[in-house]
Amino acid sequence: MPNQYTRTAVALHWTVSALVITALAMGWIMTDLVVSPLKLRVYSWHKWIGVTVLALFFVRGLWRLTHAAPAPLPMPAWQRLSAAAVHGLLYALMLVQPITGWIYSNASGYPIVYLKLIPLPNLVGKDKALAASFEEIHGAGGALLAALIGLHVLAALKHHFFDRDDTLRRMLRWRAG
Amino acid sequence: MNKFASRWLQLPACIAAAAVALAADSNIGVTQSNIIATFRQENVSVDAPFRKFSGTIVYDAAKPGTTSAVIAVDMASLDIGDDETSAEVRKPAWFDSAHYPQATFQSTAIKPGAAGHFDAAGTLTIKGRVQNITVPIAVQRVGNANAFDGSFDLSRKIFGIGDPAWDDVLDDKVRVRFHFLVAGP
Repeated sequence: MPNQYTRTAVALHWTVSALVITALAMGWIMTDLVVSPLKLRVYSWHKWIGVTVLALFFVRGLWRLTHAAPAPLPMPAWQRLSAAAVHGLLYALMLVQPITGWIYSNASGYPIVYLKLIPLPNLVGKDKALAASFEEIHGAGGALLAALIGLHVLAALKHHFFDRDDTLRRMLRWRAG
Repeated sequence: MNKFASRWLQLPACIAAAAVALAADSNIGVTQSNIIATFRQENVSVDAPFRKFSGTIVYDAAKPGTTSAVIAVDMASLDIGDDETSAEVRKPAWFDSAHYPQATFQSTAIKPGAAGHFDAAGTLTIKGRVQNITVPIAVQRVGNANAFDGSFDLSRKIFGIGDPAWDDVLDDKVRVRFHFLVAGP
């Protein structure tokens, strides 16, 4: 097993991080904005970022399946297990969160046109009750995703500053390929 | 503003009210009919139905030229999808539905076309502003009723719907589609 991530894996990790954190911040703020052209724009960008994350989920998944991630560094079993659990949940939410948002948008009666260019298919028809459910689900998913990112970041910092191991550093440099 | 001027400014609303009175004995089967406004924001087409409307269509298949129609739409009943946005369009910058509760269409002349088709010319009044429009309509027999289908485009600007600040994200053109079912021969 390699002891470094590939350049592509590192690039994907940081690109998706930036996109997810931006979308979460927008999601947090935009629901409280008064109805305005700005609100409409922020919603559009939030949806486009979500669709991008969804697409990159598949790119990342495919890359990870064909390029092994480095083995975890020596650490207690509970840490290895919780790291694996958090990684698994993060991946799951990168798939589920955009889809619940997509359904929420469609159920509210709003199709998605990616970057104002590509009309995406409607996953569901307009349905007020369904929209209300998915508003809850999407909101809860966002909160869970934020909490998991918090844990993920805290764990990385703990490995870097307290355990002084390579966990964080190896996501900041890469091997060729 | 003095009382006299404000009375005159209410005139369009009075005309609309008169049209509504005409539409009072509605013969449109409201539950099987619909009026849908389609607006486009950031290239996304959004269908929003008006939940409340009434109207009378007088139609004789043998003499389509004598057709007449009066439709009144409850502007506050536009359902955009989420309640906050639906509430927004009732505000003065949009429909101002507190002052102009209804939009009306009153036909003035009917021009029969091919079988089952005619052009309905008439006055469209929204937010107290009046515009002459012509709407191509298709008639079809559905059970023991006549179904009238048609659509037309309107400009938000002409009717003063929406602050210009929205023009970058919201198209001026709004398509209105309708399907009216009227029981009768």
